[in-house]
Formats: sequence, C-alpha cells, structure tokens
Amino acid sequence: MSPWLVLAGLGVFHGLNPAMGWLFAVALGLHRGSRRALWLSLMPIALGHAASVAVVVAAVVALGFVVELHWLNRAAGLLLIGWATWQAFGGHRHRVRVGMQTGLAGLGLWSFLMATGHGAGLMLIPVVIPLCLAAAPAQELTAQGSLPLALAAVGVHTAAMLVTIAVVATAVYEWIGLAFLRRGWINLDYLWITALAASGLILMI
Amino acid sequence: MASWRPDPSFYPSPRMAAKAKPESLAYVAAFDPDRSKPDAIAVVDVDPASATYSQIVGQVDMPNTGDELHHFGWNACSSCLCPNAPHPHMERRYLVVPGLRSSRLHIVDTKPDPRKPSIVRVIEPEEVAEKAGYTRLHTTHCGPEGIYVNALGNAEGKAPGGIFLLDPESFDVLGQWEMDRGPQQLAYDFWWHLGHDTMITSEWGTPDTFENGLVPEVLLGSKYGRRLHFWDLHKRKHIQEIDFGEEHQLVFELRPAHDPTKAYGFVGCVISLKDLSASIWTWYRDGDKWAVKKVIEIPAEPADPSLLPPVLQGFKAVAPLVTDIDLSMDDRFLYVSCWGTGDMIQYDVSDPFAPKETGRVRIGGIVSRAGHPGAKAAALNGGPQMVEISRDGRRVYFTNSLYGAIDPQFYPEGIDGWMVKLDVGENGGIAFDDKFFVDWPKGHRPHQVRLEGGDCSSDSYCYP
Repeated sequence: MSPWLVLAGLGVFHGLNPAMGWLFAVALGLHRGSRRALWLSLMPIALGHAASVAVVVAAVVALGFVVELHWLNRAAGLLLIGWATWQAFGGHRHRVRVGMQTGLAGLGLWSFLMATGHGAGLMLIPVVIPLCLAAAPAQELTAQGSLPLALAAVGVHTAAMLVTIAVVATAVYEWIGLAFLRRGWINLDYLWITALAASGLILMI
Repeated sequence: MASWRPDPSFYPSPRMAAKAKPESLAYVAAFDPDRSKPDAIAVVDVDPASATYSQIVGQVDMPNTGDELHHFGWNACSSCLCPNAPHPHMERRYLVVPGLRSSRLHIVDTKPDPRKPSIVRVIEPEEVAEKAGYTRLHTTHCGPEGIYVNALGNAEGKAPGGIFLLDPESFDVLGQWEMDRGPQQLAYDFWWHLGHDTMITSEWGTPDTFENGLVPEVLLGSKYGRRLHFWDLHKRKHIQEIDFGEEHQLVFELRPAHDPTKAYGFVGCVISLKDLSASIWTWYRDGDKWAVKKVIEIPAEPADPSLLPPVLQGFKAVAPLVTDIDLSMDDRFLYVSCWGTGDMIQYDVSDPFAPKETGRVRIGGIVSRAGHPGAKAAALNGGPQMVEISRDGRRVYFTNSLYGAIDPQFYPEGIDGWMVKLDVGENGGIAFDDKFFVDWPKGHRPHQVRLEGGDCSSDSYCYP
C-alpha cells in the first residue's frame, strides 16, 4: 500500500479517538454555546498533534543518518512494543493540566501531551523509516532529500486527522448528540495498544 | 478492570443522568458511637417492589473498631467521560470508605453481589500520614486526576487539613493534592466546578476542637471555620478566600450546580453567633472573582429551657443547625437538613439568589421529637442530617446522626438511629413514604447514604 495512504489512514484512526481531541472540541462548543468555539478548537488540537508527531519523525530521520537502518528498525520496534506494554499495564493517570476554561494555546499543549503520551507519532515509524530513509537506487541518502518527505509525512497525517476530527466533532455536535458516548465510546485503547505493538513487530521483522 | 464500553452508570451530562432508572439499593455508613464494635457499610433495599423494601439486606463490617465511618464515595463516576482527562472504561464498583476518627481508608467492592459488599483493601492511617501528610479522613470524590480524599488534620492531627489523591485503579496513596495552599488552614468539605476549573473547600476546625465534642469557647470565640476557599483545580493553587464574618461559624457542605456551564453553588453555615440562626449562601462568579451572598436564613425557635440540652439552655431557643444540604440533578431543588429543629426543607432554587420554600417535613428534633407514620416509637430523636437525592429527583433519603461526640451535646439521651425516605412531587412538595422507616439496629448510628449507580452528590459532569 502507498505509504501516503497508510499515513492518512493513521491520521483518520487517531482523529476518531475521542481522547485525541474531537470530544474536547465538542465539549468546548457545548460549554460556550457556540459552534465557533468548536471550530476554533480544531486547529490547535491538530497543531498539537502535528507537533508531537513531528518530534518523533524528526528524531527518527535524524537517527537514520547516524545509525544503520537495520539497528534503527530494531530499536524503534523495541520502543513501540515497550510503549504498548506501558499503555496496557499502567500509566493511564497523569497530571491533568488543562481544563474546560483553557484557551487555544492550552488546547494545543493538551493535544501535544495526549498524542505524545499515547505514542501517536511512534505508530508512524514503520512508514516513516522506509519513506524518508530508504535511498533510491543510484541516489544517495541526503538531508535535502529526506526533509521534504518527512514534512510531507507529518502534513498528510495531520491533514487526515484534522478532517476526521472536524467531521466527527460536527456530526456529534449538530446531529448525533453526546448520549451516543454511553454506548458508542468503545475502548479504543485496546485497538491503539494492538496497533502500537503490531507496528513494533513490523519493525522487528 | 477496563471494559469495552463506558460503565452504564456514567452519564455525559446531568440532564441525561436525571433520566437514569431508579436505584434499588442504598449504601449507608453506620458507626458505633461507643467504639466497641466495628463500624459497617449497610445495604438498604430501596426498591418498593421488593419483599425486603426498607430493610437492611446486607452489611460489611470494618476490620477494626472506632473508625467512625462518616462520608464515602465511588472509585469512578461520570467525570470519567470528561474530554480533557477521559477514562471512560473504568467501572463504578468500589466504595472508598474513610474512617473520620481512625484515619483508616477502606476499599469496599460492591461486585459481584451488590448486596454483599466485601473489603478488598485497607490502607492504614500510618501510610496515609506518611505519603500524604494528612489524618482524619472525611469526604471523597471521583474526579479528573483520580480519587480525591480530604482530611481535617495534618499528620500530627493539627492544621492544615487538606486533600490528597488516591490512584483509582491500584488505590495507592499518591500524595498531597495542594501545590500552593495560600492561607487555607481548616478543612471540611470540597467539590468543584469542572466547567470552570475551580475547586472549592470549606471549613470546620482542627481535630482537637471536635473529637471530644464542640468546644463552647472555640465556638463563641468564632474560632471554628467560617471561610470558603477557591482553588485552581488543575494548577492546584489557592486563588481566593472568602470570610463569612465573625458571626458565622461552621461552613459545611458544598453543593455546586451540576450543570458545568453554571458557576454558582450553595453552602450551608451551621450557626450564627448572633441569633443561633442557620444560613444558606450562594457563591457565584462576579467578574473575574468569586463572591457570596446569603440567600436563606433559618431562624432559631424559642423553646422552654427545661426541654433543651445544657449547651442551648442559656439561649432559650433551639438552633436549626443546618448540617447538610443537597441539590437535585436539575439544579432546581435544594434540600436543607435542620438537625436541631427537625425540619427537612425543600427550596426551589431555580433562581439561585431568590430561593422559595416549596416543601417541609418535620421528624425528630431537639424539642419537637416529631414521629413518623412507619415508626413504632411515637417520639423520635436525632434530626434530619445526611441527605441524598435520587438522580431523577423523585426520592430523597436521609439519616439522623451527626457525629459521635457531638450527638450527645444536642441529644443528651443519645440517638436512636433511623433512615427515612421522602417522595417528591412533580413540581416540588415533599412527603414521607409511610412504608419506609428503617429503625436502625441498636449499637450503630447511620450517617451518609450513597445510592446504587450514583446520586446527586457523587458525580460531576463536563457537558451541559
């Protein structure tokens, strides 16, 4: 499958998770009685997510220039499996730093922390390594070559995530209503942990 | 412990919670004032269709004596659905049951059989004192950072009292909640406005001023608590203090509006030194500050001194002693317990600054000793105290004991425990359910009531 499609697909997956921000946008819209508050919230949520993912992508690409690809894959695989294990067996409760009175900057920070804590960027590593670090035949691996690809990867992922949170938040705010949460909020953590662990395994093999 | 779907007792908003199905069980804290046999959590059947309606159908004894069970709460509640700290796949299952006198913390499992709860963990006072620096554990709430428990004394049993956090899955003591307590020293109740990132705390006194009963010199010197404290819920920092003034003593139960968009709530002040009246205050957002306004004053009733306990004889009046209040889920009705006079009063607080009385019943009372249609004894002692409202607002339950060492100061012959229920009219009005009178077994006195699945003082909400 095209790595770009996978990146976009992961963007949709992350966007669907209420813990990644669409629910916060709905809550702020309801709390302030304003559709505008909902729409305004989406941008910092997406930016915070993008920043978190970008940190991971940048780190991986930078390491790719100094570490052999084989070892980078192994190390990243271990990290992902470790993160999945930590998510599965603890580390659920953290300091809550941002509440319902937050401004847009606080919302961006919140989104950054949520994406980072959940390992959103880590999930992208199996796509990012081959995409940004595999030198094409007869072409050497260069920063000039990798940087635009890395930026595009973050961009595609974030765009898909933003579209998803916009669609879900609007649908819940305008039509579905919050009662849906009582039955419809399935435990995405299970799926998430599985996805992290699977990504880790892909890297190890 | 995690599940596939949110716990069915979690509701995004108070409006949805008010549509919950009626409760069938109530959990009631019961303590032995003589501290000779273990305190217990009793299970009361509150399903009118059941053959054992209004009877105690289960009980779990504490492993020690002398805990003085008082308030308690759930490990998880509707605040788990909040968008900023979502933990929707927790189970509302465990009751967190502190001993006010012992400072011991019990974790009670209400599954698999909710009528046969069992103790799954006991955290000894030494551990709480070491890890959190507090003793005399009082009230608990489930919230954004886990389980919050407040305490009336520090590790040495002196001021400051405060709040600590408990991990909602392992129940390990995580430590003191406050990062900057400012001028706050005394503690009593706490709750919050999740929609306004604000914690509110109230004041009683240090353990040495209540563990052997109220001290008249402290009271008349206005040395008991009389302040509200407002905190940044997430920075855990004190932001404002409001002093009710020298005249007012004992600022107790806090009932913020359930609707998270509303920034007001109600607090009861037990007694005025000027005229023994009790009062209800509304706190509210005024510009960028919090402010309070006295909205209800309940006067003392003149009485024959020979009918009064020694503490009140000189005043020739019975004080109303508002010791608990509770707010219905739709923020419409406020229930006010007058433990002295024996009244339970219902106010319509749709306009939080202009409450209107919509119902009143009398039972027990220092002078009135009013009866109940379902009671064998003609005269009852104790008075309306810990009050709890069903989520749909149609049923109100309350018990009659305040605190082991204080009960005999106002009811010198002791208190015979009871629990009763009121039915609430569609548009207000309250009446006793004649079939519901729990004649509490001798040796124990009932205190706080918690309803199966949640009630009007157990859950907080992030969505309107």
